[in-house]
Amino acid sequence: MIDVLVIGGGNAALCAALMAREAGASVMLLEAAPREWRGGNSQHTRNLRCMHDEPQDVLVETYPEEEFWQDLLKVTGGITDEHLARLVIRHSSSCRDWMRKHGVNFQPPLSGTLHLSRTNAFFMGGGKALINAYYRSAEQLGVQIRYNAAVDSLELDDSGKFIAAHAGDQRIEARSCVLACGGFESNREWVREAWGQNERGEWPGENFLVRGTRFNTGVLLKFLMDRGADVIGDPSQGHCVAIDARSPLYDGGICTRIDCVSLGIVVNREAKRFYDEGEDFWPKRYAIWGRLTALQPGQIAYSIIDAKAIGRFMPPVFPGITADTLPELARKVGLDEANFVRTIEEYNAACHVGTFDHTVLDDCHTSGIEPAKTHWALPLDTAPFYAFAVRPGITFTYLGLKVDETTAVRFNDQPSDNLFVAGEMMAGNVLGKGYTAGVGMSIGTAFGRIAGTQAAKAAQQQQKTGAQHAAA
Amino acid sequence: MQPLDDLIHDAAMLAAGKTSATSQPIHFKTRAELLKGEPNDNEAEVARVMQICNSCRYCEGFCAVFPAMNRRLEFNKADVHYLANLCHNCGACLHACQYAPPHEFAVNVPQAMAKVRLDTYVDFAWPSSLGKLYRRNGLTLSLAVATGLALFLVLLVSLGGGLFQEPRVGSFYAIFPHNMLALMFGVVFLLAMVALGVGVSDFWRNVSPGSASSAAVAEAAHDALRLRYLDGGHGKGCNNEDDAFTLSRQRFHHLTFYGFMLCFAATCVATLDHYFLGYRAPYPFFSLPVILGTLGGIGLLIGPVGLLWLNLRRDPKNGDVAQQPMDRGFIALLLLTSLTGLLLLGLRDSSAMGLLLAVHLGVVMGLFLTMPYGKFAHGIFRTAALLKYSIEKRQPSKLQLKAD
Repeated sequence: MIDVLVIGGGNAALCAALMAREAGASVMLLEAAPREWRGGNSQHTRNLRCMHDEPQDVLVETYPEEEFWQDLLKVTGGITDEHLARLVIRHSSSCRDWMRKHGVNFQPPLSGTLHLSRTNAFFMGGGKALINAYYRSAEQLGVQIRYNAAVDSLELDDSGKFIAAHAGDQRIEARSCVLACGGFESNREWVREAWGQNERGEWPGENFLVRGTRFNTGVLLKFLMDRGADVIGDPSQGHCVAIDARSPLYDGGICTRIDCVSLGIVVNREAKRFYDEGEDFWPKRYAIWGRLTALQPGQIAYSIIDAKAIGRFMPPVFPGITADTLPELARKVGLDEANFVRTIEEYNAACHVGTFDHTVLDDCHTSGIEPAKTHWALPLDTAPFYAFAVRPGITFTYLGLKVDETTAVRFNDQPSDNLFVAGEMMAGNVLGKGYTAGVGMSIGTAFGRIAGTQAAKAAQQQQKTGAQHAAA
Repeated sequence: MQPLDDLIHDAAMLAAGKTSATSQPIHFKTRAELLKGEPNDNEAEVARVMQICNSCRYCEGFCAVFPAMNRRLEFNKADVHYLANLCHNCGACLHACQYAPPHEFAVNVPQAMAKVRLDTYVDFAWPSSLGKLYRRNGLTLSLAVATGLALFLVLLVSLGGGLFQEPRVGSFYAIFPHNMLALMFGVVFLLAMVALGVGVSDFWRNVSPGSASSAAVAEAAHDALRLRYLDGGHGKGCNNEDDAFTLSRQRFHHLTFYGFMLCFAATCVATLDHYFLGYRAPYPFFSLPVILGTLGGIGLLIGPVGLLWLNLRRDPKNGDVAQQPMDRGFIALLLLTSLTGLLLLGLRDSSAMGLLLAVHLGVVMGLFLTMPYGKFAHGIFRTAALLKYSIEKRQPSKLQLKAD
């Protein structure tokens, strides 16, 4: 019998497998995806948010524990667990040497991400390069890796002790188990149900796109909820951004984001503005626009810019819809021409243009319209005009299994002896809502490593107990 | 430009093998057409891929291609030719790519770049009618070597009296007069250099770089001579058969290149000795030409063997398999050059010397003849692209991407 079974194939799963193997356990990792799609959502990530008290290789200045904690407190609106959050934060300051040892390469921030040069360490080549490195290292260390191995159920005893996993017709026993197989964002039916029906009679979840893997269907999350495991989080909460409406249903990743929101205005299907596009720097606001869009009729919105914005934002993957006049743009996009033109004329008339500067919270703002645009408000008056249709793009869901610092899965507040959980499946303990760049990987790395260590320890314990039973 | 959706669809069809890249018709363009006009399919594919990469940028630490891409929002023909030649086909971005096949975006940067690189060589070849020699390069190289061999064997029989003779203690020029050899090789080499020079200067004008500062030139020379962009950006090297990094390609290429240069230096020193010092071959084993030639020959033996081994094991997705005959043919030619040269040195006092000399000269002639119409050109075009990059990166960006 193997010691530790890791279910999942992304960052948290690999961290757990590597740590358990390093602790001397025999390890098998089951990845639901085929090899070419391995790595879950981690293949789309690009950095790790790291605490540091002094400049460290690719990280400039300092990012102390307290500041990281305050950032997390702010984005989650207090829906977090301070003890676990601080555990993640401290862990993030010391995990990178271990990551390097397993082949991960770091680099200074990518172009367009200088605002993260202090807080986030970037993976050279992005998350897929990190995943490749971890798989290579795992193979070299003798971790058994199986692809196309989706687990559909677990065998647990009454106390929640793990006995075996079932993947198709295979039954795999192990002395302990780490679950790190993601949220339920790619389960269309569950997302639909989680968001429910709105006052317009729509099912908003039907119109969401999934930014990441198609393999996070939440099968084991559902299984454990049904078995009475303790859960945490609101099923409608998650990391959700506004992405190009033309993006593929799955795996659109980073390139589908639309970064020109703060340079223009955003209107809904009725050609009306609905939120302050210039509230704060885009990197601090990108994570709210998915939810904002989800609340609009038809779950669609249109980011509108004019020629002045071109070259000032990260290029989009799909070219925008272009027109030389506003009525023409409305027709091409399919918005009511009169409403659209009226919205823009009202906005243009309300703009107080001071000194435009996209690098500071400048003094260009509107007055007399609702909602206001509080910074970077320039009239849309220079042809050609561009429109980008956006939809909610869900990155991962926050509903998860409730844990303490041991990462043990709990039943009626009693921890399982040998079943642990890491990554998106428990990120909701730290992230009740909101998001800040790179924190998903900090959570996955911290709890993945803890879960691996705990699982190796539990396996040893099981073996000892087993031997004692045999001796008796 | 074609809408991206269509391009993605086309790429997916292409990836699914519904149309074959090699079955696409080859058409040759006039020089004027090259500098303008609509992009061909390979160029359009690079533009499509670059638009996706430009909105992702995860790979920008690997090499110069991505920082160069970051300075652009659109990719016209000249940009595409430049970026394609800047690409060293290291493969890092393919293995790291979240959009690589089977993703529907079907991004394969090294393959798209490799296809355009070949187009660049074909399109910029001089005289342009000889550009088609790149298309069937295995045949081209074989014919060139066969011609070289036939030439020297016939000369051997007619001038030297037969294939095997009494040992002549390395007196090569008793068989082939020195002046004749110097003239033959000098003329062919000069023609090759002129052809490459005309081609690369057209390429240079087409990508319209600014003027070169000495810092830019020094950096480009450093990056070319050190093969900086085969180190992966992290110093662990590039990819070959899988996602693991290896420095072996960089090292074998160094052995090959510097081996070649030492052999070339040996020839130059010997020529100077001959004409200016009156110091004639055969040179003793511990003379400068023989030491340089021997060291170079050993490098040119180990290097190409290593490169061939790597090439045979390379992931076919990493690069353009249609170019394997060109790559392997050139490697084989370099290997034959060193092998016959070293054999000639070892057996120069035997009765096989005349035959070996003819074979060695035939191979070298084949190599010289195909320099402007084979893989050799990659060094010239890539160095030009590196210089362009070193110049361009010193200029202020025209974009103000303020995601910060």
